[in-house]
Amino acid sequence: MKFSRLVLANLFRKKVRLILTIGSFAIALVLFTFLAVVKSAFSRGTEIAGADRLVVVSRIGLMQLMPISYRDKILAIPGVKAVTHNHWFGGVYQDEKNFFPQFVIDPEYQRQVMTELVVPEDQWNNFLKDRQGAIAGARTAARFHWKIGDRIPIKTTLYGAGSWEFNLDGIYHSERPGGDESQFWLQWKYFDENAPGPIKSTAGWYVVKLDSPDDAVRVAKAIDEKFANSSFETKSETESAFAAYFVKQFGNIELLILTIGSVVFFTLLLVTGNTMAISVRERTSELAVLKAIGFTGRAVLFFVLAEAVIIALVGGLIGLTLAYLAIPVIGLALTGLLPPLILSKSVLTLGLGFALLVGAASGLLPGIGAMRMRVVNALRRV
Amino acid sequence: MIRVDGTGKSNSLIQVRGLDKTYRRGGEEIQVLQRLNLDVDKGDFVAFMGPSGSGKTTLLNLLGGLDVPTHGSITVAGDEITHMSGNKLTQWRARHVGFIFQMYNLIPVLTAFQNVELPLLLTRLSKSDRRKHVETALGVVGLADRLNHYPRQLSGGQEQRVAIARAIVADPTFLLCDEPTGDLDRKSADEIMELIHRLVTEHGKTVLMVTHDPVVATRADTTLHLEKGVLVEGKTSRESVMAGGAA
Repeated sequence: MKFSRLVLANLFRKKVRLILTIGSFAIALVLFTFLAVVKSAFSRGTEIAGADRLVVVSRIGLMQLMPISYRDKILAIPGVKAVTHNHWFGGVYQDEKNFFPQFVIDPEYQRQVMTELVVPEDQWNNFLKDRQGAIAGARTAARFHWKIGDRIPIKTTLYGAGSWEFNLDGIYHSERPGGDESQFWLQWKYFDENAPGPIKSTAGWYVVKLDSPDDAVRVAKAIDEKFANSSFETKSETESAFAAYFVKQFGNIELLILTIGSVVFFTLLLVTGNTMAISVRERTSELAVLKAIGFTGRAVLFFVLAEAVIIALVGGLIGLTLAYLAIPVIGLALTGLLPPLILSKSVLTLGLGFALLVGAASGLLPGIGAMRMRVVNALRRV
Repeated sequence: MIRVDGTGKSNSLIQVRGLDKTYRRGGEEIQVLQRLNLDVDKGDFVAFMGPSGSGKTTLLNLLGGLDVPTHGSITVAGDEITHMSGNKLTQWRARHVGFIFQMYNLIPVLTAFQNVELPLLLTRLSKSDRRKHVETALGVVGLADRLNHYPRQLSGGQEQRVAIARAIVADPTFLLCDEPTGDLDRKSADEIMELIHRLVTEHGKTVLMVTHDPVVATRADTTLHLEKGVLVEGKTSRESVMAGGAA
């Protein structure tokens, strides 16, 4: 503590430089946090996927439909608890930029399979009674200020022309933190009645609830074997594998984020390292005097590192605060384009750790230089 | 009693024997000090003079434990410092040596009080004890009313007084002054020399000083000349004054 005054006095020696260095830390931390949040948003599907669920799609591809008759056949396989099926509706609400996923669902088993997506009982019963009924995720409902009873027109882009109209009967919430609350559910029967001929009696994909996660491999194999050599062969995989595959459709997000993150890290390291090196070089004679009067090389190293770490800490905290304030706003602006952006405690901790690591690394080389500096040579330069 | 012939008492405060210092510059060896002997007793005030490059500052650096000799030994208050490790030598400096530099070398972002307090941060003194020591030291140099002034708010002479207070605050065994008046006008130089002289006469300090200025050197008890790395005993300041008076 008795050295704190010396460290702080040196920190405030060049105020403009101090502010700029702290600013560079803060901006880098905002960027780092944003990248980490985006990465986490993309990988969240994999993380929160049910371990006891399988997704069954056509072996040809996601866009290829399968007969609705598969539902009962899958249900008959030992180890299967429930099966629901979905269709991608792909409509537009008012404007194309208002994107949110719309799924045609099978009300009979939907809640038994997607147990974490909860709809109040009375709302669900109203939905079952209403052919044109719809259930919206809480996030989407909030985004468009919908309330129960609203009539919602969705312009179709895949199934003929014009708009389909739905009555909002309920709003679902996810019981899992970070769960998807952006979906919009429609009744399969209403869809099937109005869908063009080739679409009728089909499902886009099946979601299978298992008796036990241990059965996943066996049941997936049994499903695919059951439909092997048929006109509609299937590909079954765990929900997490399916989510990972889905994310890959966007490209290698992880590599992209890692690359940008590395560039941020090294740029920041070079900027702060250079600043610390200049700062130490400017006061070579002062550090030499400190050593002359009895401060050890390690003490001098400590002073330099302490300065660098304090800059990193302050810059980091400012950056994380800015990110904390900005990410919900950015997330709102990017709704529909990106999965929900959630700034978790782990990302904040990681960000702070990142800042401290860069701070310590940037002060290390100049600090070691100061520690090893020969007093006689340094004083001669004065 | 200061001697340069290696025949001083075994209990001299500072005892230098057979000191050599050689630098290597571009493959060439430059011998700065040659078989130098010196004995300095407690309370002595010695000035080293000599032309540029004669080895005055090198000798001061060696005596202060800032540099290591090529050969020979330096013993201060019974401790032989020539074979001490880097860290031990640093601790030794903190306890035994007070440095006064030509350019004052104060930390510009610290106040006079904080600059003087620096050596005490290495001790176990409490905050209040440190304050008492600092106030005493600044009082001795006549700057008790400038505690909270930054170096930029002080004149050159006042800055050097703060540097002297920093040098004496931990009550070191001896003071090393490298051209302490080299950056000052005559009036300020006289005041600083008066102060250093008082430290010797009133506070019993031992002072070793390098200077180019013969007037400044006369304030010392003895002036030693360094010529081509060899110490030559000069006249005591009293002898100089008497010689001047006879003339």
